[in-house]
Amino acid sequence: MAIRTFIEAIREGMADEMRRDGSVIVLGEDVGKKGGVFLATDGLWAEFGDDRVIDTPLTESMIVGASIGAALNGLRPIAEIQFADFIFPAFNQILSEAARMRYRTVGGATVPMVIRAPYGGGVHGALYHSQSIEAFFAHVPGLKVVIPSTPYDAKGLLRAAVRDEDPVIYLEHKKMYRSVRGEVPDGEYTVPLGRAVVRRPGRQLTVVAYGLMVHYALEAAERVAGEGIDCEVVDLRTLRPLDRDTLLTSVRKTGKCLVAYEDNRFMGYGAEIAAIVAEEAFDYLDGPVSRIAGPDTPAMPYNHILEEWFMLSPAKIADAIRKLAAY
Amino acid sequence: MTSELAASAGLQDADLVAMYRTLALARALDERMWVLNRSGRAPFVISGQGHEGAQVGIAWPLRRDHDWVAPFYRSIATCLTVGMTPRELMLAQYAKADDPSSGGRQMPGHYGHVARHVVSVSSPVATQILHAVGIALAAKIRGLDQVAMAIMGEGSSNQGDVHEALNFAGIHKLPFVFIVENNGYAISVPWEKELSVRDVATRAAGYGIPGVIVDGTDVLACYRASRDAVERARSGGGPTLIEAKVTRLTGHSSDDQQTKYRSEADLEEGRAHDPLPIFRDQLRFAEVLDAAREAALAAEISSLVEDATAFAEAAAEPDPATGVDHVYADPAANEPPPPWQPARAAPAASDGAR
Repeated sequence: MAIRTFIEAIREGMADEMRRDGSVIVLGEDVGKKGGVFLATDGLWAEFGDDRVIDTPLTESMIVGASIGAALNGLRPIAEIQFADFIFPAFNQILSEAARMRYRTVGGATVPMVIRAPYGGGVHGALYHSQSIEAFFAHVPGLKVVIPSTPYDAKGLLRAAVRDEDPVIYLEHKKMYRSVRGEVPDGEYTVPLGRAVVRRPGRQLTVVAYGLMVHYALEAAERVAGEGIDCEVVDLRTLRPLDRDTLLTSVRKTGKCLVAYEDNRFMGYGAEIAAIVAEEAFDYLDGPVSRIAGPDTPAMPYNHILEEWFMLSPAKIADAIRKLAAY
Repeated sequence: MTSELAASAGLQDADLVAMYRTLALARALDERMWVLNRSGRAPFVISGQGHEGAQVGIAWPLRRDHDWVAPFYRSIATCLTVGMTPRELMLAQYAKADDPSSGGRQMPGHYGHVARHVVSVSSPVATQILHAVGIALAAKIRGLDQVAMAIMGEGSSNQGDVHEALNFAGIHKLPFVFIVENNGYAISVPWEKELSVRDVATRAAGYGIPGVIVDGTDVLACYRASRDAVERARSGGGPTLIEAKVTRLTGHSSDDQQTKYRSEADLEEGRAHDPLPIFRDQLRFAEVLDAAREAALAAEISSLVEDATAFAEAAAEPDPATGVDHVYADPAANEPPPPWQPARAAPAASDGAR
């Protein structure tokens, strides 16, 4: 068992899959010699060469569209979008093509591919290097959406995503790349898509989170524990397909549910969680299903004071926990 | 037999007859689809009429079930040329369960065929060029000796995906051929208002690839241009853009009345460029076709159209219980179905098990 940073685990996951399966390729902007702007693909070009690690022009729609074609013709592309904020030129290809290919060919043509993108704020990234984009994609049947929170999961989920027969949007919180470390086994393992995990057991209140917010929720739970509030923290890991069982089992046990997400609140992913909990666990609820989420501004501002105002924090989540616990 | 005409294209007379048969069959099927639409048996039809000469000539050099084609909604003759059958095209028109294009899920004209390497057509135009480029990339990486061809109209060629695709294909000299069937109209908008240049082919220069213009009524000129481009692509010479000047004999679709925006003189000019009589006259003059041969072909085509129509009409409708199938390989990844979801006899097999 080795200790790895979040980004090292992602890099190892890609390298392992490329060694295991010659049909896996990586393409994106600066993914070659440079190894990506965050160095997620560092070393891959040296090991696998020009054919399998492809520096593309600045063409997000092409990166995804050509990956769809390559997948139709027997490859398993890992497409890197340099920042999640820049994925929107490819939205049509993802939504209209990748997500629908299986459905519109009644299972005949499929596009096994992974689209990796760094998302999230708190890194002085301003409006266009900080966004959370998961709600746009989790809305789309035919796509899977994965957001890991630990190095172990990052590697295991990435390997599972590469082997998946459907297009997977794999989002990596960039603030975690080097700040989060954890144990990663040396050998072969995967973490199955569509399974949430309870990160902290508790009796009084469930906090649902994913990505960086899992860490903030755990810290918040620790803070309020001293005040006698016993929180359970559920890490969703996969946003679509959602693990309803783990979510609902937790809420039915605690009777209270708080969803923490960094994206702006209105129509965010937490809205769907709240709706499902309200529909499926109504009889068990002892308080309103609540959301703690980003402000509804068009994006995250740059100035550090403004950025701090925008971002969720363990303290903000702890306040929301206290309020719901007191209901 | 090799007439001078056939020899000019390096083909046999039998090839020319087969090309003519495909062209005439595409037209006859297309006309039948309109009859079905106007008689209330098919809500929608979108047509290839006027494009078929270019489509047959251009698709002819492709190796069946080996090379790939990413067509568009007018590509009826392209699909016939690469091996889709009249029954398969008519199943799509009727949107029946066994329609190999989409099982009745897509609008008519959105053809696709996995075994024939016809990439499923969608409605947001020009997306398919990137799929063809990705297919060509995979072919090159995997050493498959395949060529990928993308086809669209000149209206669609203005989309950004075309720029991104041609740039990438040019950089990597991919085994890719890009076909623009230029009929002068993007639904109602004439070419002067949709193109900053007279010929789309001139744009090829911006990607460092050859741009070729062919007369879409000259089937053999289309064949030669495509044959050269396909050979060039296959031998590592990189992509080619071929622009075929064609005419659109019908409205954009069954929901469009083109007399609203086209003059009678313009429409008359269009009819003068119908590839079907032009190619037929060419073959008659070269004595490749005679009256007896033509009559036999006409009878065969008529019977194929009747057969395809009757077959598709009688084919089973899709079962609403299957509406949730093939969202994911694993049905367990689906969201719960709607409350009105009908029961089914047996659970769907996962795609992975197919």
